[in-house]
Amino acid sequence: MRAVVTVTGKDKKGIIAKVSSFLAERGVNVEDISQTILQDYFAMIMLVDIADLNVELSELAKECDDLGREIGMSIRVQHEAIFNAMHNI
Amino acid sequence: MFNKFDVLETIDMIEREHLDIRTITMGISLLPCVRGSGEETAQAVYDTVCAKAKNIVRVAEQLSGEYGIPIVNKRVSVTPVSLICAAFPQAAPAVGRALDYAAHELGIDFLGGYSALVHKGMADYEEAFIRSIPELLATTERVCSSVNIGSSKSGINMDAVRLMGEVVKETAERTKEQDGLGCAKLVVFANAVEDNPFMAGAFHGVGESGTVINVGVSGPGVVKHALENIPDANLNDAAETIKRTAFKITRAGQLIAKEAAKRLNAEFGIVDLSLAPTPVMGDSVAHILEELGLECVGGHGTTAALAMLNDAVKKGGVMASSHVGGLSGAFIPVSEDIGMIEAAQKGLLHIDKLEAMTAVCSVGLDMIAIPGKTPATTISAIIADEAAIGMINNKTTAVRVIPVPGKDVGDSVEFGGLLGRAPIMPVNPTDSSRFILRGGRIPAPIHSNKN
Repeated sequence: MRAVVTVTGKDKKGIIAKVSSFLAERGVNVEDISQTILQDYFAMIMLVDIADLNVELSELAKECDDLGREIGMSIRVQHEAIFNAMHNI
Repeated sequence: MFNKFDVLETIDMIEREHLDIRTITMGISLLPCVRGSGEETAQAVYDTVCAKAKNIVRVAEQLSGEYGIPIVNKRVSVTPVSLICAAFPQAAPAVGRALDYAAHELGIDFLGGYSALVHKGMADYEEAFIRSIPELLATTERVCSSVNIGSSKSGINMDAVRLMGEVVKETAERTKEQDGLGCAKLVVFANAVEDNPFMAGAFHGVGESGTVINVGVSGPGVVKHALENIPDANLNDAAETIKRTAFKITRAGQLIAKEAAKRLNAEFGIVDLSLAPTPVMGDSVAHILEELGLECVGGHGTTAALAMLNDAVKKGGVMASSHVGGLSGAFIPVSEDIGMIEAAQKGLLHIDKLEAMTAVCSVGLDMIAIPGKTPATTISAIIADEAAIGMINNKTTAVRVIPVPGKDVGDSVEFGGLLGRAPIMPVNPTDSSRFILRGGRIPAPIHSNKN
């Protein structure tokens, strides 16, 4: 089972490190990362494996939202199925 | 890996353009709840609804968290109560109150199905039931009521139309402290559908299975935004863009509907791919029509633009879901759409134009505040006109008007929340009573004879 983590906001140092260690603590394995910076605006998309997730997915989403507020970014975790449904036939 | 633009597009749709799942509605059959007396039946209804829907709010919140898409409303629809209470119509209000208690217990905002189907004829027990609607709506908070008074197959039951004019008036009168709010929970249908997830007109049809999940998606803001990117495109391209957008929106609805059905132990029923506006800025169907090039909704061209929008939404949505149903199209509730409210306030949107619009989109004259002094027979005549459009065009039409007690043209009314606000709209002052008081039945149209 996989989920997509997106981090957006104003670019600053150490975002990837912070988010990936936060995810690792919860049993999430990062499979792929893609990032873009457009005029200071940072957008990172991670595809993560949540087979060994040690909390509920909706709980992880809430915790990441809180972490995002803490570091002044927007962090979302969404089951990959929503993107598959909307963008693949 | 996903295309990053796709991922960011989905997120933009949700965060900036108000894409949401408008409602997860569980349809529950009450037929197994009929007992020997009204009291026992009411108790069985309460127990059944509470047991079957006990997890609906929790599951919706869970799904919303996992997929990162808001699920705005969690609702329940039930078998028309008039059928459950056929043997003891005097007990119908007790069953209605049991449903209201159940809605409170479950933590849901609306529960639909205090309904009767009288499109061809009205039995004594059904008439008694319909006469109980005003009091029920005045004494409960969350129960919604609907009555089907006509269909393409059976014609229009004008005795029921006449009665419903009186029922709408009385409902407004009994809830006059809240500006006739009871009428916002009362829909008069022609060609009512059995699997509609949207309130106030939802009920669980007798052709449905025991427990069903129907999902209503929304996203007027997403469609408007997509059109903003192609301001000079011709209407072929505009229709194509609407289709593609509707496809994506509906796929999200299909995913949530299937998953919700699985987790709630219910059958997946349908996805209703309606564009349902809210009074919030950026969530308006009227603004889509204006984006297509109208100065103001209500102007000439509005019906054509709406017809195109409604059709493109359906074409995009149908391929995205295994079962499309409900009302599916564009909704035009006046008080619930900021663009409609503004046009009505400026005097540029009238009830006659709205009636024309209902011939080409889903539903009908919806959430329109009219003068409190409007006679019951005029309301019946408004209902008859809408029913005629539905009957002849083989589509659902509905009337949900609020004759606001003590208010007249120039005043406005505030219902709050999703129900929004509306200026009082003038109705034609001439007398239609002789036509309405004739009673009887308008025969089914010739094209209903298809066998």
